[in-house]
Amino acid sequence: MKFQPDIGTPIPRVDAKEKISGAAAYINDIDMPGMLYAKTLRSKMAHGKIIKRHYPTLPEGYAIIDYRHIPGTNIVKAIYEDWQIFPVDEVRYIGEPILLVVGENKDVIIDILEAIEITYEEMEPQFEWIDSVIHYHYEKKHGSRPFADANRIIEHTYETGYQEQAYIEPQGMIGYLDQDKMTLIGSIQCPYYVKNAVLMALGWENERVRVIQAHVGGAFGGKEEYPSLIACQLAMAVIQVNKPVKLIFEREEDIIASTKRHPAQIAMKAAIDSEGHIMALKVHVGIDAGAVIGLSGVVLSRAMIAATGAYTIENLDVTGDVYRTHSVPTGAFRGFGAPQMMFAIEMFMEHIARNLGKEPLAYRMAYVAKQYDLTATSGTFRDPILMQKMIEEAMKRSRYEEKALQYQNLHRYQGIGMSFFLHGCGFTGSGEATTIKAKVRLRREASGVVHILIAAVDMGQGVRTAMRKLVAHMLEVPIDQVIYDLPDTDCVPDSGPTVASRTMMIVGGLVARAAQRLGMEPQIAVEIEETYHQPSEIQWDEARMQGDAYPAYSWGVNVVEVAVDPVTGEVSVVGAWSVYDVGKAIDTLMVRGQADGGLAQGIAYGYLEVMRHHQGKIQQRNLTDYIIPTAADMPPMETYLFDNPYAYGPYGAKGVGELTLVGGAPAIAKAIEMAIKRQITKIPVTPEMIMELMTHGED
Amino acid sequence: MAKIEWMLNGTPISSDIDLSMRLLDYLRDHQHLKGPKEGCGEGECGACAVLIDHQIANSCLVPMANVAGHEVVTIEGFAKTKRYQIIAQAFIDCGAVQCGFCTPGMIIATESLLHHQPQPTISEIKVALSGNLCRCTGYNMIIEAITLAAKRGRGEW
Ligand code: FES
Ligand code: FES
Repeated sequence: MKFQPDIGTPIPRVDAKEKISGAAAYINDIDMPGMLYAKTLRSKMAHGKIIKRHYPTLPEGYAIIDYRHIPGTNIVKAIYEDWQIFPVDEVRYIGEPILLVVGENKDVIIDILEAIEITYEEMEPQFEWIDSVIHYHYEKKHGSRPFADANRIIEHTYETGYQEQAYIEPQGMIGYLDQDKMTLIGSIQCPYYVKNAVLMALGWENERVRVIQAHVGGAFGGKEEYPSLIACQLAMAVIQVNKPVKLIFEREEDIIASTKRHPAQIAMKAAIDSEGHIMALKVHVGIDAGAVIGLSGVVLSRAMIAATGAYTIENLDVTGDVYRTHSVPTGAFRGFGAPQMMFAIEMFMEHIARNLGKEPLAYRMAYVAKQYDLTATSGTFRDPILMQKMIEEAMKRSRYEEKALQYQNLHRYQGIGMSFFLHGCGFTGSGEATTIKAKVRLRREASGVVHILIAAVDMGQGVRTAMRKLVAHMLEVPIDQVIYDLPDTDCVPDSGPTVASRTMMIVGGLVARAAQRLGMEPQIAVEIEETYHQPSEIQWDEARMQGDAYPAYSWGVNVVEVAVDPVTGEVSVVGAWSVYDVGKAIDTLMVRGQADGGLAQGIAYGYLEVMRHHQGKIQQRNLTDYIIPTAADMPPMETYLFDNPYAYGPYGAKGVGELTLVGGAPAIAKAIEMAIKRQITKIPVTPEMIMELMTHGED
Repeated sequence: MAKIEWMLNGTPISSDIDLSMRLLDYLRDHQHLKGPKEGCGEGECGACAVLIDHQIANSCLVPMANVAGHEVVTIEGFAKTKRYQIIAQAFIDCGAVQCGFCTPGMIIATESLLHHQPQPTISEIKVALSGNLCRCTGYNMIIEAITLAAKRGRGEW
């Protein structure tokens, strides 16, 4: 056996060179002969009936594409099928796409858009959270019954706002007919989601739709389900004009019309016994789906399942509702319901302790989950949990105790906050086993070159590097002997979407198994296939939300230190420390990249990123109004990894991507609480909120 | 339409062009230089950055009229230099590239900074990057890459 460095030892990212030189082709960098452009006409009304459409006479070579051009079903295939490709006679949110104008010259397209008149009859829009479309409930052990014997009941309600993915590359796609095959190239996370959506919209047979990934300039969930909508619209246009058509969003359209993180309101109630212990929690999670339910039910269930965060609470009663309103649709965003819940539970545990006059850190530590504890949904934490050690490490690295003591006693507007959290890896519940059924293939050519055939998308997280490294390492061949092209549904099987922190653990696990079999295969030119099977001990009852919601969990601790300007309420982030258990890092440098980027988004969710709507109209229009962190906003970040190999992950790897986002907001909110000595129940904690709290808030 | 004389990536050119056209569109659509990217079209993200007379500029905000008599260098032109090699290698070694959409602009920002300040401090780097947004990295690894490039490239700037 040759000497092999540890799998985690960093290697250069395989696509770094082409990205640095500008040669990597993102969707807007691709042009095709005879290509036309498309632009969207959007609803200006939150709720209205379309009474009349006046379309101008079109110059030669231009077309208007609307619902009448849909040969199949006027629905974008997602989990909850209420998403129209184009509205027929009713618009349900500002920014809803009504039609496309297609043609060669962008200026002429704009003129046509301006000449189109849509006459609406205004209908009453609904922005209150009253129309519950999905309601879930589960209990643990005695549910809420211990409340009857409680010595004291503590309750708080927590609120979180919108968050915009703000990938730097806007949404975009190109469609064309290749013979009679509808082909779509796009900035997408899930090639097969797009393919299946287009199949349904066209009503064509499977072989006639092909989806190819272009380089993706960031996604963060924003390119999970949303590109399916664009793809369906574009496919209609391509059929009409019979030429390649390109659709690229402008930043403003992307901000007002694409899916965001669900705003949430989470009501938490604790039954406390005479010694100050938590007997039971009662939790209600409400999320705003906007006008389209789409994936919201799955977002809600992930949030609800995370109700106790990194803690074990004996009795639970958890309910949740997805509300439909006439505002912009919300959808997938890194963390998928968990960031909202993690903020609520982390703050609540702190607030319970303070309300009881107990030292918050010690109080929280006593509830941190241990191996073999029951999860919120009465599954079992089967694998070792290293949280106690990880918390000690985080405290040591950040000098938490010393700083906390100092900041609590001095009124210098400095603070340090620490969050504990976990993230379930892979699809929630039985999703992997029953819906996704991931399939992967490895093909070795006679030359010995091995192709990784999976549908996983590299959107910056580095999966192409990690997968090639994994296979090269297992087969003990140089990495350039292993090929992993950008996925094309005509060439790769459906290994599932690139979401839910599943790619390395689930898809990578299958790839590793296939590589192992390939290594033992005497024949050189051969193809190996692996399909996902749920480990038999993992059982899930979907209807009752009981059992093991995830096959494995990644764990984390974040510490964030801040200084608050007492005059303006401005927060500066001074330092950030993280400790993670992701099983085993397949590349420590790439994990650090995820850790830095995820924490930046998580912290910014907590204090910086403000998005609101007024009567359904998003108030932020561009990256000047919607502030994301710049280099000046980010402190030095230190990350430490604890190995804790998971039996079914490749080399023990578990999920990484989302974990790194979910702890940021509560950590910074706690730090700000310490700095201003006020209780925070709402994010983002803006300077205005800080000033208001300092004047009127509670300790 | 009017005629302008300028330099693009080291070559003098004269273009008969609509003077209000954005430099970004000219580069991408007329010269097929796709390295500068459009992330916002409003001067906020820096993905479209180029060098104009060694100084970083957002090409989405520059009308062609303003390039007359000036020297424009895109990532494609800069990629032919030794300084580029040093910066690129530092970005690779420090893991400063994720989705890569901001990266050409970040490289241009680095060159613009090091041209004016070959040994920048961390705060000078942060100021130099203030017009370049990155949603993937949280900036730390980019800052490290720039520090490393400055160190390795001592004497090159
Ligand atoms: S595209 Fe020019 S600054 Fe964003
Ligand atoms: S690497 Fe993705 S935006 Fe910077």
